[in-house]
Amino acid sequence: MMPALEYRQSTPRFLAARGASSTRLGGRMSGVLASNVAPLRLVHRAEPSLPAGEWVRLRPLLSGICGSDVSLLTGRSSPYFGAVVSMPFVPGHEVVAETLDDLPGLAKGSRVVVDPVLSCAVRGGTPCRWCVAGQHSRCDRVTAGRVSAGLQTGYCTDTGGGWGRQMVAHAAQLHQVPDTLDDRRAVLVEPLACAVHSVRRANVPAGAAVLIVGAGTVGLLTLLALRALTKAGPIYVVAKHAHQHARARELGATEVFQPSRAARAVRRACGGTLEQPMIGGDFLLGGADVAFECTGAGSGLDMALRLVRAGGTVLLSGMPSGGVDLTPVWFRELNLVGSYASSGSATSPAAGPETDEQGTAEPAGGAFAEAMALAAEAPLDGYVDAIYPLSRWREALGHAAKAGQLGAVKVAFDPSRN
Amino acid sequence: MSRPGFVLEVDERTPPLLVHQGEGFLLERFPLGTRVVYPPDSLPPVANVDAAIQRALMQPVDSPPLPDLLRSGMRLTIVFDDISLPLPQMRPPDIRQRVIEHVLELAAEAGVDDVELIAANSLHRRMTPAELKRIVGERVFRAFFPKHLRNHDAEDPDGLVHLGTTAHGEDVEINRRAAESDLIVYANINLTAMSGGSKSVTVGLGSYRSLRHHHNVHTLRHSRSFNDPPNSAMHHSYDRMAEVLGEAVKVFTIETTLNLDSFPNHVGFLNRREWEWGIGDQLSYLAAKRANDLAPPKLRRRLWQSNDAPYGVTGVNAGRPDSVHPLTLANVHRQQLTEVQGQSDIGVWGLPFICPYNVNSIMNPILVMSLGLGYFFNLYRNQPIVRRGGVGIFYHPMPKEFHPVHHPSYIDFFEEVLPQTTDPAAIEAKYEQQFATDPWYTHLYRTSYAYHGVHPFYMWYWGAHAMEHLGDVIFVGADRKTAAVMGFRAASSLADALEMARDTVGSSPSITYLHAPPVTLADVR
Repeated sequence: MMPALEYRQSTPRFLAARGASSTRLGGRMSGVLASNVAPLRLVHRAEPSLPAGEWVRLRPLLSGICGSDVSLLTGRSSPYFGAVVSMPFVPGHEVVAETLDDLPGLAKGSRVVVDPVLSCAVRGGTPCRWCVAGQHSRCDRVTAGRVSAGLQTGYCTDTGGGWGRQMVAHAAQLHQVPDTLDDRRAVLVEPLACAVHSVRRANVPAGAAVLIVGAGTVGLLTLLALRALTKAGPIYVVAKHAHQHARARELGATEVFQPSRAARAVRRACGGTLEQPMIGGDFLLGGADVAFECTGAGSGLDMALRLVRAGGTVLLSGMPSGGVDLTPVWFRELNLVGSYASSGSATSPAAGPETDEQGTAEPAGGAFAEAMALAAEAPLDGYVDAIYPLSRWREALGHAAKAGQLGAVKVAFDPSRN
Repeated sequence: MSRPGFVLEVDERTPPLLVHQGEGFLLERFPLGTRVVYPPDSLPPVANVDAAIQRALMQPVDSPPLPDLLRSGMRLTIVFDDISLPLPQMRPPDIRQRVIEHVLELAAEAGVDDVELIAANSLHRRMTPAELKRIVGERVFRAFFPKHLRNHDAEDPDGLVHLGTTAHGEDVEINRRAAESDLIVYANINLTAMSGGSKSVTVGLGSYRSLRHHHNVHTLRHSRSFNDPPNSAMHHSYDRMAEVLGEAVKVFTIETTLNLDSFPNHVGFLNRREWEWGIGDQLSYLAAKRANDLAPPKLRRRLWQSNDAPYGVTGVNAGRPDSVHPLTLANVHRQQLTEVQGQSDIGVWGLPFICPYNVNSIMNPILVMSLGLGYFFNLYRNQPIVRRGGVGIFYHPMPKEFHPVHHPSYIDFFEEVLPQTTDPAAIEAKYEQQFATDPWYTHLYRTSYAYHGVHPFYMWYWGAHAMEHLGDVIFVGADRKTAAVMGFRAASSLADALEMARDTVGSSPSITYLHAPPVTLADVR
């Protein structure tokens, strides 16, 4: 038996959290909702068993609290996901862990980060067209195969997750961490791989003016990936908090704006005219070439749609929640691009250079290899400075829900601590 | 015969004195020994304004009578000061209306058919049809609007003409219709010594290309003050441009001056010296103060903005511009000038609800700065009322509030430029061109009712001389965050402000309060 945080099926609690978080007061009390209303409990449960060969037991060293986790716990995430998870599950998909079993080429005791996508390579059986193409984040078989339904580790009842003391993962999910990369940086590799993937998905032209809405973990790592992997021109970041402004500048943001002045500031920076409808936010005729929505909030996507030029691209990097007026997509003929997780695996035999339908290639080794390299070089000290044992999960979730206000970027669990 | 201006020294018997504070006012008890500068009493008005206008047109200065300049088949353009004058707005009929009606009658008698009226709004916002009508009157408006009565457009490439450059290389570019007329007749209102004269046409009908030569930090720092034309680099530039203009087109100007009756009878105490208030004035102060403090902000603003001043006209002079203007200035001085002996450590100014750029609008923080450190600080001749390195104390709540239609570029200036630097020269070097040529601001200036994109810069430059001269600037009653963005300090009361000023001027500073209302021009010896 091991301690773990377990999310169980409870439609009333999900709806209660969702209803409360949709109010102004509830929105400000995300931490309270996540830790008291959500159907999440600290339990002792059996360690997950190995589903088949090529699977390995892991001891999580650090496991991050993702914005999508907070969305789930506050009921903001879409019920759409209900069909691709299996209950009860142990959350936690941003994991740096130690292997407890030997694998070919990966000795027991190795430090690894986990690519959480539970794709065909993990599930066994005939690979779907996407996995054949090396784009396993698009896998069509996340509800099939030898483990229960689950789009990712951390949403599947059989695999366990990073918010428990032990979990299991397939060899195809593992990326060995070099000794030079400490745990606090390593736990950022998964979200950084997502950022790398989203930057690849956006096809940012050289010199393009880019807008990043949000400067939490996703926004900052997207900025890092943009500067490292593209020849983007000016990059403007919309950030609420002073420490986010400072970090964004450190990572190469051209300018950082408060949300309240984003429309005017983007207009000044990128040109165009500011239009002011009688109801709803201002929008631009003109604006940035590409926008990355990195908040996961409806308001963030709304802002991105309103501040991109006609024919521009809006990339959804944060997991979307809340309704949004899609009129700009129609009126300005925008390209709305989704980016989920990452693609490409260092150890998967199926993985080769990735090609999406527009022909954008990811290098061999995929986003995780690039993320690993970036995590080693980038100025990410202090990004993971709030680490909690599982026993203090309520505080941890409260901290994560208010990370921006509290000056934090990434809040994580250390499940091995008591 | 009205009483001259004088300087009161506050003693034990001095009652609390009235101080403007935006859309509010208060009675302030000043420290003993404070000097308070009052202007002369409001001058008696001209008894028959129409007769004065007629006389000015028929017996102009250094010019043939106006009828002799008018002939059939000529192109006549009548230009008039825009809504930025007078302040507060004049109770109808506006003196410009009366002047224009006289000119039009003479033009009709002479058989002049090609007549156009243009508001000299320079880079100010366009006036609405209602605002134009208020200035020119119903009859003229109906006859000429919209085809032959319009606002000047300083961004119309086809509507401007470059007349040449001055000996100093300054471009003179003005409204094409006016420049290509046989005669420009200018109907002016002179409320302060900085207005009128060479400024009227070259600035009022000018473009950014032209204005940038005198509306800049260097010129304004060397205009001491811009209410003293002989010592104003800005006016020297105007004069040089007027010479170029004069070679291209004939200008006949009609300049008018007003007395200080700025407020109607029900708030007549605002026009009187405090120790002379009768029981009626005191009751009316108490009632007005209470009502004003209780009124919702929007209602309060509407009431102040709808205050029509019952000005009396104190003079009408017409003819050749450079001959007329000295007579106008003499009239302004007769009404506003008060001699003050020496400077003090601290200057105090109460800032009212209105400045030239927020008529029917909102006085945003940059306009507050411009009104205080620009207009009021520069209400002097010879030298400022405060010594160099002294402290300026201004009263204004300075809310962070902007009119989104009238002042779009001000919002960006406040949010984007000022957090980077408040140094006028640095701002000018880095940002002026961007704002001046921003297509969106230009579009709004031309088609909406927005001030030109460069206008907030000019407002900031107005204060450049004061910022350089003063050791510290404190705003009493101001929003602290807003004041901090602008580089100023905020105090909750005069006592606080004086305490804060101790670091700069010591514990026993000399203080001068330039009393307003009404407008006072200090002649500091």
